[in-house]
Amino acid sequence: MEKLKSLADLKKIREEAKGKLELRVRGDSPEGLVQVKVAMATCGIASGAKPVMDFFVEELDKRGIGAIVTQTGCMGYCYAEPTVEVQLPGQEPVVFGYVDRKRADEIIEKYIKNGELVEGIIPVNYEKID
Amino acid sequence: MKEIALHILDIAQNSIRAGAHEINITLSESVPDDILSLIITDNGKGMDQESCRKASDPWFTSRTTRKVGMGLPLLKMNTVLSGGEMTITSEPGKGTTVTATFGYSHVDRPPLGDVSGTIALLILSNPSINIVYTHICEGTKWSISTNEIKEELGEEAVTDLTIVRSIREIINENVAAIRNFQNGYDKY
Repeated sequence: MEKLKSLADLKKIREEAKGKLELRVRGDSPEGLVQVKVAMATCGIASGAKPVMDFFVEELDKRGIGAIVTQTGCMGYCYAEPTVEVQLPGQEPVVFGYVDRKRADEIIEKYIKNGELVEGIIPVNYEKID
Repeated sequence: MKEIALHILDIAQNSIRAGAHEINITLSESVPDDILSLIITDNGKGMDQESCRKASDPWFTSRTTRKVGMGLPLLKMNTVLSGGEMTITSEPGKGTTVTATFGYSHVDRPPLGDVSGTIALLILSNPSINIVYTHICEGTKWSISTNEIKEELGEEAVTDLTIVRSIREIINENVAAIRNFQNGYDKY
């Protein structure tokens, strides 16, 4: 394939792929999407959060999982970085610590696809009792 | 931080947290002058002189989730280790500028790393902020910005993380072009 050199080239490709794109957008309702938040403060970045985020963006798309991948700041779990918060549709968010590409793969295959928990979960103990 | 790209990602978060609408990231390199400089300017809320002075102290932070703030101190350390320096200028209500310089050929200068991927990620994950990236090589300039992408591809394109690879490729191609495919520059 010819290398992309300008935004105009990208526009052309996007227009060609538009039909395919619209089909997919219609299939995904926003509530039905998995939310993945990668902690990206100094501590996260220094421990390798960026390759982990790249991995989630690429792999979720490749494996056809409707998901929104975003960044968050430091949640105070600096010792367990990179940390990733995953919220399956209609469920409480779960925070995974010490995530590298291998564990990210596990999270996608086991937790996101089947709801099975994987190692390295950070217990959420800050929930208030009303 | 093992790469300059990671510093960019990190320091840009400060600008985002400061409520900036526009962030200018300029990376300037020259092998003949043996210098690499990184300038990040934002129009966020800025800092008073006292905070500005303390910003490169690792025990100072404006956060409440933890007691340390390592982003700027780590950047400063890497500049000093490679024969450069870091300066911060800021004015409350106007914005902040962080300037970092490095000796290009110094063994302790971190490699550039994935700068194009970092810029693409910053642009696509902060659609409401105009991020302007300028690359200068021996005086030749090239730049790309959030607003330019919006103009060319439409508003919604900047929220589409799947074009991250395409934007990265465009940046790579253009930086290679202004470098004139010369040797001696970092892998980009």
